[in-house]
Amino acid sequence: MSIQPMLELKNVHSGYGSIKALKGISLKVMPGEIVAIIGANGAGKSTTLMTICGIVKVEKGEVLYRGKVINKVPPEKLPTMGLCQVPEGRRIFPRLTVMENLRLGAFYRDDTNQIMKDIQHSYEMFPILGERKSQKGGTLSGGEQQMLAIARALMTKPKVLLLDEPSLGLAPIIVQQIFDIIAQINKEEGTTILLVEQNANLALQAASRGYVVETGEITLEDEAPSLLANPKIREAYLGE
Amino acid sequence: MIQEFKKVWKPYTIGMLWLLGLLWPLLGIHPDGTLTFQKTITVWSYLLAGSFVCLMIYVLKGTDSLKFIADPISRVAGNIKTTSIALPTWIWLGAGLIVALIYPQFAGRYGTDVAISVLLYICLGLGLNVVVGLAGMLDLGYIAFYGVGAYTYAILNTTYGLGFWVCLPLSGFFACIAGCIVGYPTLRMRGDYLAIVTLGFGEIIRIILNNWMELTNGPNGILGVKPIGIFLPVFENGFTFEHFWMKKLQLFYYFALGLAIVAALCVHRLNFSRVGRAWESIREDETAAELMGVNTFIYKLLAYAMGAIFAGLAGAFFAARMRFVSPESFTFLESAMVLCMVVLGGMGSIPGIILGVAALIALPEIFREFESYRMLIFGATMVIMMLFRPAGLIPAKRVGTRSEEKEG
Amino acid sequence: MEYFIQQLINGITLGGMYALIALGYTMVYGVIQLINFAHGEFFAAGGYVGAIALGYFAGIGYMETHPIICLTASFAMAMAYCAYLAVGVEKIAYKPLRKESRLAALLSALGMSIFLSNGLMLTQGVYDAVYPSELFQGRFDFGMVTISYLQIMIVSLTAFLLVGLNLLVFKTKVGMAMRATAQDKTMSALVAIGSNRIISLTFAIGAGLACAAGIMYGLYYGSVRYDMGFVPGIKAFAAAVLGGIGNITGAMLGGLIIGMVEIFGAGYLSSEYKDVFAFIILIAVLYFKPNGIMGENIDDTRV
Repeated sequence: MSIQPMLELKNVHSGYGSIKALKGISLKVMPGEIVAIIGANGAGKSTTLMTICGIVKVEKGEVLYRGKVINKVPPEKLPTMGLCQVPEGRRIFPRLTVMENLRLGAFYRDDTNQIMKDIQHSYEMFPILGERKSQKGGTLSGGEQQMLAIARALMTKPKVLLLDEPSLGLAPIIVQQIFDIIAQINKEEGTTILLVEQNANLALQAASRGYVVETGEITLEDEAPSLLANPKIREAYLGE
Repeated sequence: MIQEFKKVWKPYTIGMLWLLGLLWPLLGIHPDGTLTFQKTITVWSYLLAGSFVCLMIYVLKGTDSLKFIADPISRVAGNIKTTSIALPTWIWLGAGLIVALIYPQFAGRYGTDVAISVLLYICLGLGLNVVVGLAGMLDLGYIAFYGVGAYTYAILNTTYGLGFWVCLPLSGFFACIAGCIVGYPTLRMRGDYLAIVTLGFGEIIRIILNNWMELTNGPNGILGVKPIGIFLPVFENGFTFEHFWMKKLQLFYYFALGLAIVAALCVHRLNFSRVGRAWESIREDETAAELMGVNTFIYKLLAYAMGAIFAGLAGAFFAARMRFVSPESFTFLESAMVLCMVVLGGMGSIPGIILGVAALIALPEIFREFESYRMLIFGATMVIMMLFRPAGLIPAKRVGTRSEEKEG
Repeated sequence: MEYFIQQLINGITLGGMYALIALGYTMVYGVIQLINFAHGEFFAAGGYVGAIALGYFAGIGYMETHPIICLTASFAMAMAYCAYLAVGVEKIAYKPLRKESRLAALLSALGMSIFLSNGLMLTQGVYDAVYPSELFQGRFDFGMVTISYLQIMIVSLTAFLLVGLNLLVFKTKVGMAMRATAQDKTMSALVAIGSNRIISLTFAIGAGLACAAGIMYGLYYGSVRYDMGFVPGIKAFAAAVLGGIGNITGAMLGGLIIGMVEIFGAGYLSSEYKDVFAFIILIAVLYFKPNGIMGENIDDTRV
């Protein structure tokens, strides 16, 4: 009996109008894994996540979540099914408070008591958010916003978490904190994680497997340690 | 065909039911305490029938079932296209010019009258096109410049007795000033705000015209404006010039034709000049244009000024022809109509504007019985055009070719 | 002095109406960055349907016996009607154009505005629809200052609606979703907020408020016309911009200010040019402080 992948892309083509971004992407993420997608700017990493979430329309191929085809599912339904994305650039709601941002993460849920408990849990996981809970999101620093974005995504009780460039624009210390939290989430809650990163080093250290994307296609797929040791990868993406 | 129909029947039925719910409270509830359904059902049935026909055409078009009509038409259109590409443009222009010149001989009074309106609106459309189509700024108060031009001539003529030919450039001049006054504060605003501010300015000018009794005689308007006076050669006893007023309709027609041709030539030359390219860059991406060294401020102001000048000249002619001006002719609705003509025909394209004006002026004249529905259809047309063909009927061709198009 | 107080009262009454209309403009612009030109027509339609409802109740005799109930029912029915109209208009004329240029949506709104006002004219006649004036007769007199019962009713109802809206937007989950959608539509979808439904809701609420203003206008001035949406619409938009587009508190404030300026301007400066004051404020605000008094609240992720 084989285990079904949590997330699977089968030969997915997508794009923005006449601009073709993804040209036949196939990948699998098994339950409980952390999988990384690395590649250069514009290679199609973010587009992959946006396509999974239905914000970019799939032109050919299938996106499967827990065995079900979700090509045509509207984006706002996916969090209710357990699939959530933390998009590039944090994208917290700037004029809503930290508390309101978190509350919105639980928008589709009605279990008020549990929601309050989860918000408390977020403050424990990210003490700085607890300190700033009545501040407007736009006034937080980059690192704090990233934590807020992740905490908010966790409020949707995701089974699969998609992270788009969590390290972008953040100081190394903060980045390390973020990645520690990502590892913690994966270990404690068993959340499956698909991570898109420009910082290939960090991504491959956190992940168990990795995919390399170049101009809309997957060019390499391997265990993370092997990718880290791969001389071509080292040259192209690890700056050696 | 069933497939195509399946796709559209749900939104269509929902839409029609929604319409029914919309109509009944307006038509079926009466102040004497009764509730009727007859009138509602009748009106609704008409709308249902009409829209169903349109729906069927749309569905059939999608499935190529109308090929037996569409194919010959597209073949003829294709032939016309190939011949028109084969023949140089000037033959078409020449033919058009000849038709325009001999037109008044065939059309009666009424036809010439309509044609004069068409030509005037072409002039206005070309002017607005400079602002909206070339420079990309939405001006909803454009008709105010038309009013400024008309009133300039009317006031100067009735108060100081200045003749038309003296006032014509003055009309253009004052309209230009008005254009700069309106243009200046709006230049820093983004698109949608620009639209409503120009609307506000247009209204301000109309309100001033309506209320400044000493200058403009308010809502009563100004009567007794003299028509255009010209000197025509008379071959009686020797060769002299005799002065008389243009009273014959045909003379007005030719003047309007001349005005329209001059306007078209100006716009055409501007489009392909350095100024036109600057405008195109502003229209496409203003920030990028600034970074490339285009002085967006000056060029935008220039666009306003030029557009206003066209309107001013047309306004002076309008005053001379009607021999009466009043604020009623310069409402927002007029601005919206000119805008619609430009947008409908195709922004930035001269043949498009001509087509747009013809469609919006000539067609309603033909369907005179539906006069009361004219505005309703006009509004609906704007919405439908935007939904299905936002570039207009004859969209403008880009100035110059892009590299990808050349390689293809 | 007493003249001043009278103008103040009149200004608050008018300003409240402008505030109600302005809210629709500001909320819609906040979510989809569109100046809904047709919004003024919701105001006009409201005036008409209110007249129809009140006329009907008068016709079946309920008005004499239960005036308050009839009035409330008329308001409720008309507001429901306008919300129904607005949701339909959005789906037909604005939703399909969300990915197109701003110009296309603006022109569609313009076309809709002309279509709706003429639709009203064709179904309701070119002449004004008259409002029953027996409803609120009587007033309080304090020397030279008069406060009519009607004014009290209008101001209280306006306050009630404004407070209600505030509660909805700032204290409920749906309101939070509306604010989130206004700030970042894409992200809202990623937290399970369906932006289409929020947009429809925004249109519905905005139209309902404008409708209420339309009925108040009809009661206050005695009649409504099919083209009455045009000028108040522009003034209300000026109010929305003055307060900061997308900002609900700003729109309320802006409406009051515009109303005051108009009444005081007409009273102390010139009554023929009273419409011009609002336009001048609009132009001045957009030139000197485009963000408005209280700051904008729009989706700045979409450039």
